[in-house]
Amino acid sequence: MNPHIVLRVGAKLLIPVIVLFGLYVQFHGEYSPGGGFQAGIIFAAALILYALIFGLETVQRAVPPGAVHALAGLGALLYMSIGIWSMLAGGNFLEYKVLLADAQRAEILGIILIELGVGVTVATVAITLFYSFAGRMRPEQDGG
Amino acid sequence: MEWLGLYNYWVVVVLMMTGFYVVIAQGNLIKKIVGLNIFQTSVFVFYISLAKLDGGTAPVYVEGTTAYTNPLPHVLILTAIVVSVALTAMGLALAVRVYEAYGSLEEDEINAQDEQDA
Amino acid sequence: MIEHHLPALQVLLPLFAAPLLMFLVRWPTLAWAVTTAVCWAALLVSALLLEAVWAGGPISYAHGGWEPPYGIEYRVDTVNAFVLLIISGISAIVMPFARDSVEQEVPRDRIAWFYTAFLLANAGLLGIAITGDAFNIFVFFEISAIASYALIAMGRDRRALLASFTYLIMGTIGTTFLLIGIGFLYMMTGTLNLADLAERLPAVHDTSTIRAAFAFIAVGVSLKLALFPLHLWLPNAYTYAPSMVTVFLAATATKVAIYVLLRFFYSVFGVEFSFGVLPMGYVLMPLALLGILIPSIVATFQADVKRMLAYSSVAQVGYIILGFSFASTLGLMAAMLHLFNHAITKAALFMALGAIVYRIGSPRIDAMAGIARDMPWTMAAFVVGGLSLIGVPLTAGFITKWHLLLAALEAGLWPIAVFLLATSLIALIYIGRVVEAAYFRERPAGAVPVREAHPALLLPTWALALASVVFGIHTALPIGAAARAAELLLGGYP
Repeated sequence: MNPHIVLRVGAKLLIPVIVLFGLYVQFHGEYSPGGGFQAGIIFAAALILYALIFGLETVQRAVPPGAVHALAGLGALLYMSIGIWSMLAGGNFLEYKVLLADAQRAEILGIILIELGVGVTVATVAITLFYSFAGRMRPEQDGG
Repeated sequence: MEWLGLYNYWVVVVLMMTGFYVVIAQGNLIKKIVGLNIFQTSVFVFYISLAKLDGGTAPVYVEGTTAYTNPLPHVLILTAIVVSVALTAMGLALAVRVYEAYGSLEEDEINAQDEQDA
Repeated sequence: MIEHHLPALQVLLPLFAAPLLMFLVRWPTLAWAVTTAVCWAALLVSALLLEAVWAGGPISYAHGGWEPPYGIEYRVDTVNAFVLLIISGISAIVMPFARDSVEQEVPRDRIAWFYTAFLLANAGLLGIAITGDAFNIFVFFEISAIASYALIAMGRDRRALLASFTYLIMGTIGTTFLLIGIGFLYMMTGTLNLADLAERLPAVHDTSTIRAAFAFIAVGVSLKLALFPLHLWLPNAYTYAPSMVTVFLAATATKVAIYVLLRFFYSVFGVEFSFGVLPMGYVLMPLALLGILIPSIVATFQADVKRMLAYSSVAQVGYIILGFSFASTLGLMAAMLHLFNHAITKAALFMALGAIVYRIGSPRIDAMAGIARDMPWTMAAFVVGGLSLIGVPLTAGFITKWHLLLAALEAGLWPIAVFLLATSLIALIYIGRVVEAAYFRERPAGAVPVREAHPALLLPTWALALASVVFGIHTALPIGAAARAAELLLGGYP
């Protein structure tokens, strides 16, 4: 059905690497350049590449828009919950060194959770943007 | 040739004026958004270039370096880029809806249609 | 314990509730209830903040435990506590009105999204007012702006889309200018904290970089606050937005931008620099006077009452900027008072209009002929709001104009006093046209009979209409707060 064999094979080879790189950037964010913003976009790029080659429906079967919306909200909620948790633990908003007894470990825990929230939200918002624009184009340009 | 030493600001000024001109002069909604993007990009370049220190390296501790580039503007601009992406998406979404409602993206054609209605 | 966190909660409440609403798409009424609860809680927070600031002076809150000037600081003093109270008060009062109004104007499956955007706009505006960090102001500006574009585009008329688009283009240019200005300030001082900026700026005042920063910030924020002649986005945006959005934005969005300008001119750059070294008084005053006169005249020619009130809003911004431009205690008091008085007056007017449109389906003057007999309470609220807008004694509007008059006379500018009286007469004309149509014209034959507005719409409208009378008679609270705020602004950064 899809004549672009080079694209299909190339994408299948590339996408796992992109996703892996996204995860690397996500979890190395607190030591080296990276973090949730960049990782989220890289992650979304993998999905968008897949959608460009295999069609929007195929992707939406695997990653339905409703789930993407929910994750976007959950990511933001996770971010703010960490802030509220540190307020409840006796610090200021987002002062995560009070989360655990060991301040250094608490800092690491806090930033990893925060970046996770950012990453999930950025990825899902980018995917949502793609879904909404690509979905609008369907009726006119349904070629392949 | 002292003014050439500040070439980064010239880049910023040229980009900014190009973007601004496109926003004002173009009647097409998409072109306006493109202009707005160029305009905002000039500000990003401005922030990044003002963070640069002669001979400065990345702000990671390395044996033997004393000068570091200021990382704060980079972080600010990361935020501003996200804002700009959101704005572009918003603008394009509005443009799509305008096109669906009017069948055109040209400002004067849309205004002409509105005047017919009124 | 909780008192300590009040500044963070002020913004966090609406910001946290916004993504929650995304999960209530199927239950619009529940989404409305959550939004209402959050808005009233935010009002409580800002009332507590004002009380705390009134008694104990400025409060500082360091996010993430990073002490200012290194981290992001929320800083509340009398000036922004007052502005916070205006924003959260209006959003709390508009919510009971919103339920019916939004159900009529927004498709059912989008109501929860509508409230999400509303809460984000609300959080953004509160954030602009509360933060003590220059870059944070930019970010919150954009949060509130992007949410407002979405809200405006939800208007039923397709022209809402283009209105929103124009607002997006002009608003973005405005905030980007602000961003450039902040960049220049950072370049010269190496700080983004407003209080720290105020401390470091005098050393580098005499540079073209700082003057450029000043110019960019002044123009950028003026675009956002719709200072004449940068107001072109406003009339369409307010005309085609859903009623509830118009009420909320007209009462708060431009006010917050004015607050930012006040903050930069008086607290950060300082009075001597803004009005002494740079001739801002001579720049702002003519713009304010033209901005009162021309939009007022344009308003009298509008056939659409919503658009008429929108032009009147531009004129009211002119009054505030006029008070601002005197750079005196009385002038600033007038500006602060009008922030408050105009918010309640214009919100009451737009709500009454919204309730009328709800019944007759059109905001045009011709359609409103004779409706006072069928909707006496709604029209009466409109008249009360109109009187306050004109500045009739015993209304809130009069208190502002009185202080403006005093400020003008104190500065020895008696022509401005005459001008103020003349422009009040123009307001009388445009409000009079509506009143004439509603009370003294017959309902056209064959017109659909209308009923009085639903109590849920009427109650908040009357609450604000009464407030504009109460604060015209019992003036201790707003005048006291305005006087404290004016003193604070003239005294540099507290």
